Amino acid sequence: MDMPIPNAAILGGKARIVARLAAVLPADAVISDPAETRAYECDALAAYRCAPLAVVLPRTTAEVAAALRVCHELRVPVVPRGSGTSLAGGAMPTADCVVLGISRMTAVLDTDYPNRFVRVQAGRTNLAVTGAVEGEGFFYAPDPSSQLACAIAGNIAMNSGGAHCLKYGVTTNNLLGVTLVQMDGTVVEFGGPWADAGGLDLLGLVCGSEGQLGVVTEATLRILPKPEGARPVLIGFDSSEVAGACVSDIIKAGILPVAIEFMDRLLIEVCEDFAKAGYPDCEALLIIEVEGSDAEIDEQLAAIIGIARRHNPVEVRESRSEAEAKRIWLGRKSAFSAIGRLSDYMCLDGTIPVSALPLVLRRIGELGAEHGLRVGNVFHAGDGNMHPLILYDANKPGDLEICEALGAAILKLCVEVGGCLTGEHGVGIEKRDLMGVQFSGPDMEAQMRVKDVFDPGWLLNPAKVFPLEISAGRRAG
Amino acid sequence: MAMRPCSEADLAECVRSAASPLRIAGGGTRAIGVTAGEVLETGGLSGVSLYEPGALTLVAGAGTPLAEVEAVLAGEGQRLAFEVPDLRALLGRTGVSTLGGVVAANASGPRRVQVGACRDSLLGVRFVDGRGDVIKSGGRVMKNVTGYDLVKLMAGSRGTLGVLSEVSFKVQARPGAEATLCAEFALAPGVAAMGRALGSPYDVSGAAWVGGEVRVRVEGMAGSVAYRSAALAAVLGNEVRVVTGAQSAALWREVRDVGPLGGLDGPLWRVSVKPSDAPALVEGLEAAVMLDWGGGLVWICGPGDVRARVAALGGHATLMRGEGVVFPPESAAVARLSAGLRARFDPRGILNAGLMG
Ligand SMILES: Cc1cc2nc3c(=O)[nH]c(=O)nc-3n(C[C@H](O)[C@H](O)[C@H](O)COP(=O)(O)OP(=O)(O)OC[C@H]3O[C@@H](n4cnc5c(N)ncnc54)[C@H](O)[C@@H]3O)c2cc1C
Repeated sequence: MDMPIPNAAILGGKARIVARLAAVLPADAVISDPAETRAYECDALAAYRCAPLAVVLPRTTAEVAAALRVCHELRVPVVPRGSGTSLAGGAMPTADCVVLGISRMTAVLDTDYPNRFVRVQAGRTNLAVTGAVEGEGFFYAPDPSSQLACAIAGNIAMNSGGAHCLKYGVTTNNLLGVTLVQMDGTVVEFGGPWADAGGLDLLGLVCGSEGQLGVVTEATLRILPKPEGARPVLIGFDSSEVAGACVSDIIKAGILPVAIEFMDRLLIEVCEDFAKAGYPDCEALLIIEVEGSDAEIDEQLAAIIGIARRHNPVEVRESRSEAEAKRIWLGRKSAFSAIGRLSDYMCLDGTIPVSALPLVLRRIGELGAEHGLRVGNVFHAGDGNMHPLILYDANKPGDLEICEALGAAILKLCVEVGGCLTGEHGVGIEKRDLMGVQFSGPDMEAQMRVKDVFDPGWLLNPAKVFPLEISAGRRAG
Repeated sequence: MAMRPCSEADLAECVRSAASPLRIAGGGTRAIGVTAGEVLETGGLSGVSLYEPGALTLVAGAGTPLAEVEAVLAGEGQRLAFEVPDLRALLGRTGVSTLGGVVAANASGPRRVQVGACRDSLLGVRFVDGRGDVIKSGGRVMKNVTGYDLVKLMAGSRGTLGVLSEVSFKVQARPGAEATLCAEFALAPGVAAMGRALGSPYDVSGAAWVGGEVRVRVEGMAGSVAYRSAALAAVLGNEVRVVTGAQSAALWREVRDVGPLGGLDGPLWRVSVKPSDAPALVEGLEAAVMLDWGGGLVWICGPGDVRARVAALGGHATLMRGEGVVFPPESAAVARLSAGLRARFDPRGILNAGLMG
């Protein structure tokens, strides 16, 4: 993974830069001791590390603006950081950057139940947003598996999804407004607690912009009343193709489960070994969850099981109680820990049209064999967001490189069948150099022009998203 | 003579070689505001190029008539989730609504409270920018965070950043049943009642106030619709009339198309506010009023200081018909960014010039 050569003048000017930041921020908000900045050297893409020049931890929008004004004046790159759970290296620093962490900005600013929104400082964790409103029977819908740790700001930057996005959509569909600080310190408001702004949809543009357009300090989020209940059904099949066809039939029938999760044989075995959830011995299984009152759940599950039976499942297991529901989810929820115990792994995130599922699963198996690495599949089948897990050995020289080559081949396959490189984790540094597989020169040029407008000096998270060679002229500017 | 390209390449050539401003025309059914220039029609970019009912996706040329798409979807028991308004009667237009126009206006109907706006169903776009370059963003899959979301930017940009050539949508299966609860309420208590319904777990897909009546809709499987109708009747708390099937659908076509304000004279406003601010917004106005989106969308037809009221409450007012500034004012910082984007996407300022600012 190439990163730009750090700017020697910035490295050499560290003392002055830190002093200028310290002059506009509280004493405990600037970190420059290498022993402490090391804590910020990576995010959850931990294979790549680089400690930053300094870290600032502001508490207010005004402090964020003050810090950015200094960095803007001194032309120091800034990498915004939420909780550092990005799987794409989105929050990975460069040696010549200031990391702007918003982990101290966690306040709830407004809760409005009649109008169904909450306004928070953007460093608040995803789960703590739901925590702030669940007493009144509400929740914040997007629920990435990292929700205990990840910040709303990170969710906005990556347009994160979650287990329930089949029904409720991803971050962008639940985001009503943001306060954004531009690199030059200008504070702007996009959207708000009303449904539509009149002009260009700058809110939609900022969501998913990976910290390259501005620093989000506050967010207005849509909250929803909690459903009365939810229950899953587990269905096992003797082939992945058949499981894929069943997913398609369910969707076509107009049933809207909140989640349709898919696991292949490798994952079933690994999870069973780890969690002892009593999963059947089969090639593929689906976990399908529906919501509503007890009677509504029964009505939907009956329809789903009716469709599944036409595909000759090897097992259908309904949950009749909370305990049974938990057991069905147990294996799925421990998938990543279970795999992690077994082997090093890399988690991909391509999305494909649901109709291409059988073909893609077969090709992934073949590509894995060609590269001599095992690949397991566990993913959100309802929306085609694949998470192939490539198993490799970090201690074996060359294995990481083979794993990356296999990953690239799988993502190219996703694009070839009409899909995309990343469905919810973002591009970051991880998929940066593959952008040309999905986009033409003019496509990427149009995106970079957007950054030109928000951050003309290309100081915000500059080495991400766009292949370095095509952003070089702008970054040098 | 209007230009009418028949392929994306033709379209790119038309824009590239344009010597003077262009006025982009879909079907002319929902254009607002003023712009001048040679007419560039999109009607030649027509046809559904991909439809996968099992993946809930449809891709079509931007000039495809909306009615054609709706018919194709109906053939498989599906629909566009966001309930595209037909404003022809309201605005006194004729013509054939096109998909590109729907997207350019981010046209969204009553189901917005449940499934979001047009932009939330829009998976991908292809367009020609003001330089004549063909650009794509998004695609045809449900989840896609690869690169910036120019899809959202194009939705509602009214032809000022590029001319759409192709759009792709996530579509929705038609539910087996629907029911609407109708109950008499004055405006302010009506807004409160809609708030209670939308704050309940009963998955409301429409909440409007029309002529002294609150309408609340539920859709889904038959048993579930019956259960939720009964539960919502208790939530609303007034005497409730339940309408189902085609009759229910007709009530929502009326809301969608702002039927009650059709045929009235005077300035016509479309206002977004916090639902709880709707009563204060219209208090004392001598104008006809209809509320959708639980009170978050307020249609006002008649005289009044609507923009000043919106400025005080927070929100946005668009003048759909009448004398005055059409689009809501923007803060200086937002206006600067919007102008910057227009200058980058359309450096010669030839696409619907001056329409949005
Ligand atoms: C175990 C695990 C499970 C996961 N599960 C999911 C999942 O189910 N779905 C999913 O979508 N993702 C998932 N992720 C990925 C990750 O959690 C998300 O991308 C998350 O949104 C990142 O949030 P964060 O606060 O950690 O952001 P960070 O990692 O700190 O940063 C992510 C990006 O946001 C930018 N950023 C941070 N703060 C700001 C700000 N204030 N303003 C502007 N930009 C900012 C950063 O520069 C960076 O580009 C998972 C990760 C892990 C480790």
